[in-house]
Amino acid sequence: MVDAPTAGSEENVADAFLQGGPSLRNASGPYFGSYGGRWMPESLIAALDEVQDTFEKAKADPDFIAQLKDLNKNYSGRPSLLTEAKRFSEHAGGARIFLKREDLNHTGSHKINNVLGQALLAKRMGKTRVIAETGAGQHGVASATAAALLGLDCVVYMGAEDCRRQALNVARMQLLGATVVPVTNGSQTLKDAINDALRDWVSNVEHTHYLLGTAAGAHPFPAMVRYFHEVIGEEARSQILEQTGKLPDAIAACIGGGSNAIGLFHAFLDDASVKIYGFEAGGEGVETGRHAAAISLGRPGVLHGARSYLMQDEDGQTIESHSISAGLDYPSVGPEHSYLADIGRVTYEAVTDTEAMDAFSVLCRTEGIIPAIESSHALAGAIKIGHRLTEGKENPSDVTVIVNLSGRGDKDVETAAAWFNMLDEEGHVKGTTLSTRKPKGPTERTNEAAVDVNEDQN
Amino acid sequence: MTEEFASKSAAAIDRAKAEGRAALVGYLPAGYPTVQESIEAGIALARNGADLIEIGIPYSDPVMDGPVIQAATTEAISNGFRVANVFDVVAGITAATDSAVLVMTYWNPVMRMGVDEFARRLAEAGGAGLITPDLVPDEAHEWFEASDRYGLDRVFLVAPSSTPERLDMTVKASRGFVYAVSIMGVTGTRTSVSSTAEDVVARAHAAGAERVCVGLGVSNPDHVREIAAYADGVIVGTALVAALRDGGVDAVGQLTKNLSAGLGRAAAEA
Repeated sequence: MVDAPTAGSEENVADAFLQGGPSLRNASGPYFGSYGGRWMPESLIAALDEVQDTFEKAKADPDFIAQLKDLNKNYSGRPSLLTEAKRFSEHAGGARIFLKREDLNHTGSHKINNVLGQALLAKRMGKTRVIAETGAGQHGVASATAAALLGLDCVVYMGAEDCRRQALNVARMQLLGATVVPVTNGSQTLKDAINDALRDWVSNVEHTHYLLGTAAGAHPFPAMVRYFHEVIGEEARSQILEQTGKLPDAIAACIGGGSNAIGLFHAFLDDASVKIYGFEAGGEGVETGRHAAAISLGRPGVLHGARSYLMQDEDGQTIESHSISAGLDYPSVGPEHSYLADIGRVTYEAVTDTEAMDAFSVLCRTEGIIPAIESSHALAGAIKIGHRLTEGKENPSDVTVIVNLSGRGDKDVETAAAWFNMLDEEGHVKGTTLSTRKPKGPTERTNEAAVDVNEDQN
Repeated sequence: MTEEFASKSAAAIDRAKAEGRAALVGYLPAGYPTVQESIEAGIALARNGADLIEIGIPYSDPVMDGPVIQAATTEAISNGFRVANVFDVVAGITAATDSAVLVMTYWNPVMRMGVDEFARRLAEAGGAGLITPDLVPDEAHEWFEASDRYGLDRVFLVAPSSTPERLDMTVKASRGFVYAVSIMGVTGTRTSVSSTAEDVVARAHAAGAERVCVGLGVSNPDHVREIAAYADGVIVGTALVAALRDGGVDAVGQLTKNLSAGLGRAAAEA
């Protein structure tokens, strides 16, 4: 068995493993070291084999590659930009920070990369229905989008608690023609939505593909989901070379299941000079127990088909995770991340809700970009490593860091408004309630409300 | 199937066979509603006609279970069930009855305790072996070693979707009996038993399985009668859990008695 991970000890991240070692790219699964595999009911093994077989054939089929490229370019809007965040850099010790703008993709996050790939595979398998789980709703919206585009039925499982928190995304999915099923089992969040999606899959596997939204689960999902997201890192690597003439010193991404992260990391795994950081959700602080930092504090176990780091109690019961970010609120992590943690190639650290929300605010105000709260964990991490990497440097701007801005923050406006005390007792944005509004017709304008908001925040 | 030692499950099925009938396998979760009551309910199963008893370990993420069993196991956990209690339940039932007692468990609780340690304690409690709904033979390396070391049965599942190669491999890996999933789905009562079950059983027999028991969706004596005509054992779960929920230990005994009425192979063929 494996020992505790070395998250946090930066020196281990260096290239020891890479010196003369084999390439870390294109790991095909089912195992990543001792992680991964297929801890699944026999009923689903044939379906997993079918997905794997279809995926392997598609990868070797120029028509499939061309179809995917076309959708990425003309539907999602790829390549996504690499934007230098010049004013944000001042908050990161002066290191040059570059944002990989997955927030600019159609549907507002990296999730579209994976769903288009898998939905195309579903068509190739002759499936007429896709099911998906969703936490914050981003993967659900992306799945509903791909299903509408390709003419597939779509059912999305979403924890009842998450439905309440993300009502707007429920409406988006419904507008796109999907059925949203609120899940009332267990903690009523992402892990329970996956449980119900698996129950649906086992019952309807003949005509249904399970469009899993992250690089976790049973083989071939971790390697397959990574494959569809590899475009993130490939683009970022050539963009940074073009813009700065060199590889970055470090790259950073947030980790829930870890799909946006592995998509960015993959292109850089063999670049020994590039430090790689994954930022898990530290919730209210890892010492409080209310967090979602599976690698930092979990131990290996099996959940949803893969062996990986897992938040579990002494009995092997899954511990409920906590994070302000619904998209990172998952008690395990993709198995390839567990492997990369153990061998020291990637450093995983926890970022608290507070640190993430501070970074959220900084990016809004320095760059005019509202990031997803998930991505804000990566931004908070970039602030930390920016300071670390520039320490004692004469020219901090020699240090370059790429941060994966995995999604936009429109979905998080309500959470952010509450966090920053912008709401009144009734949950309305201060200054917008009926009591401060004038009846229809000609009225004089007032800006008092806006002033209040600013005072609260400063 | 390997039979280097006396399999308790195989012996129980063979005893039924010697009486010219299929075996009845009854499932109940450990610790539901309490540890003591789950022991009493298990004894009621045995005394009213169950040849084998399957004791489930309540688990936080039971992906193969429908709403009734999920609700029961969730309640067991909130009533304070701990995984080690399952050994008390097994020991309590085996002390009072002759039935073979297997444990049905998702794999993570076993992995967390340590596969060897779990197997040792199960054998010590008098358990017959494990039924593993989310452990396929492909991942069962540690369990092969431990089950051989402590003389435990390893019951793997086969499904309508299993390919001939996988069916063959799973039959060879199993000991005690092979668990044939009657339908593609999760646990729960259904109005009829799918005809695919008979096909799965025939394929498992053809692959060399001496004992094949059918589960999922079996809830009344008619289902039992139908399956007993072609399988070596019939597994009932959700209906028994619902009986325990609604009528306590007595209701479990009554339902078991009714179910076992459907067992006579001769009657089914008449």
